[in-house]
Amino acid sequence: MIGALRAAALVLVVALVQVSAVGGADVGGVAPDVLLVVVVLVAWNRGALAGAWAGFAGGLLVDTATLGRLGVTSLLLLLAGYWAGRYAETTGRGRAYAPYAAVLVLSIGVGLAGYALTALLGDPVDAGHVLGPLVPAAVLDVALALLLHRLIRRLLGRRPEPAEPREVELLG
Amino acid sequence: MLGASVRRTAQGQHPSSTSRGSRSSPGGPFRSPTGRALRRRLVLGVLVLAAVVLISLSYREDGEGPLSGAQAFAADAVHPLVVAADRVSQPFRDAYGWLDDLFDAKSDAEELKRENQKLRQQVAQNAFALTEYAELQSLLDFRTGPRFPDDYDGVAASVVARPSEAFSRALVVAAGTRDGVEVDDPVVAGDGLVGVVTRVSETTSRVTLLLDDTSAVSAEVVGSTASGIVQHRGAPGSALILDRVPKSESVEAGDLVVTAGWRSRRLASLYPRGIPIGTVTSVGRSDTDIWTQVQVEPFVDFEAIDAVLVLVRKRGEP
Repeated sequence: MIGALRAAALVLVVALVQVSAVGGADVGGVAPDVLLVVVVLVAWNRGALAGAWAGFAGGLLVDTATLGRLGVTSLLLLLAGYWAGRYAETTGRGRAYAPYAAVLVLSIGVGLAGYALTALLGDPVDAGHVLGPLVPAAVLDVALALLLHRLIRRLLGRRPEPAEPREVELLG
Repeated sequence: MLGASVRRTAQGQHPSSTSRGSRSSPGGPFRSPTGRALRRRLVLGVLVLAAVVLISLSYREDGEGPLSGAQAFAADAVHPLVVAADRVSQPFRDAYGWLDDLFDAKSDAEELKRENQKLRQQVAQNAFALTEYAELQSLLDFRTGPRFPDDYDGVAASVVARPSEAFSRALVVAAGTRDGVEVDDPVVAGDGLVGVVTRVSETTSRVTLLLDDTSAVSAEVVGSTASGIVQHRGAPGSALILDRVPKSESVEAGDLVVTAGWRSRRLASLYPRGIPIGTVTSVGRSDTDIWTQVQVEPFVDFEAIDAVLVLVRKRGEP
C-alpha cells in the first residue's frame, strides 16, 4: 500500500515536472520524456498493473494540465507501462540490461504509436518531424533511466514475488 | 516408482490446475495465478476502454462540451501545482540555458553588433517613411482593417507548461478567460508571431505554435507583392515554408515576412496585419512546381519562450 502511494506521488510530481520544466528542454535538439521513463521504471519495480495505472494517471494529468486531447497520452503510456511490467515479470527478469532495453524500445514505440494514432484521428502530422528525433530522444531517455533506476527502486522497493507455489508434488 | 512423491519445478505450469493450487486461494477469486491474470487483463481492458472513450469524446466535443468543461476545471485546479513546479525548476533551466548560451556568446555578440548597426540605419529610414505614410493616409482618408499593435490589447502571460508530445507543438500560458483571452486570439513574443490560442480555461490557455503541423498563417513579403501561406509542414528543423507564392513574384533571401491579415466579407484572418514572422533564407523554383518554395527562418526561438503577449481585440473593434 505504501509502495502504491509512493508510486502515485512520484507519478504526480514527475508529470508536473514534465509539463513545466522538461517538455521544453532542448538537449541536442530533442526533449527527454521523463514521465515515460518513470512509468517504465514503476512498472519494472511494481508490476504490470501498477505500470498501467501509472501510465494512465500520468497521461491524464499531462493532457489535463496542458489542455491537450484527453486520453491520447493516457492510452500510449498505459500500454507502455503494462508492456514494461509484463516484460519485467517474464523474459526480462534477472537481466541487468533489460530495464534500459525496455526504455529504448518503448521510447521509440510510443513515438511511432503516437504518430499512428494522431494520423488515424485525422490530425495533420508530418512524419519527418515526428520520426526524425525518435532515436536521439530514445537514447536520451535511456541515459535518464540509468540515472533514475536505482533511485526509483530504492523509493518504491521491489514488489514482493507472488506467493504461488514454486514447486508442486506430483503423486502417482 | 508408482506411489512415490516426485518433486518437480512448476514454473510456467498452471498451478491452479492442481488440487493444491486451487486450495491455496482462500482470499477470493483473484488469488490464484489464473485469477491474477484475469484481473490484470480486466484492469487493462477497462483502462484502455476509458482512454478510448476519453479520446472519442475529446475529438467529438472539440473544446465545447461537458468533458472540455471538466478538463478546463481540472486544469485550473492543477494550475497552482504546475506554476509551483515551474518556479522550482526555473533556476535549473536558467543554469542550463546559461551554460548552453556560453558556447555561442562570442559569435552571437559579433552578429548582434552588426545587426544593431544595420537596424539603426533602418530606424531612421522608417521614421521618415512613417511620417510620410501618416500624411498620405490622412489626405486620402484611407481605412484599414485591424492592425497590430494599435488595435489590440496585449495580455502578458508567462509560459507555465510545455507539452512534450512529438506530434504537436504547443505551450500553456498563465492567462485565461478571466483575463479576456478567447480561442483564436493571436499570440506574439518580443521577436514576432508565436501562434494562436486553441483551448482556454479560466486561468490558462493552450497556444498552438507556428511550428505545429496544424498551423497555417497567411503572410506577405515586405517590399514585394508576394504573399502565401506560412506553415511548418514539409520544412526541416525549426524552419517554416512560405507556400503558394506565384513564380512571377520576386522574393530574395533576407526579405522580411509578416502576417497578411486579409479580410473578405465576413471572413477574416485570425492574425492582424504586420506581425513579423521571420526572414527568407532560401528561394527554390522547380520546373515541375507551379509555386515558388520560400524557406523562412522564424524570428522567435520557440525553445526559449518564457513569456508571451496574447493579443485581445480592443472593445468596439469589429
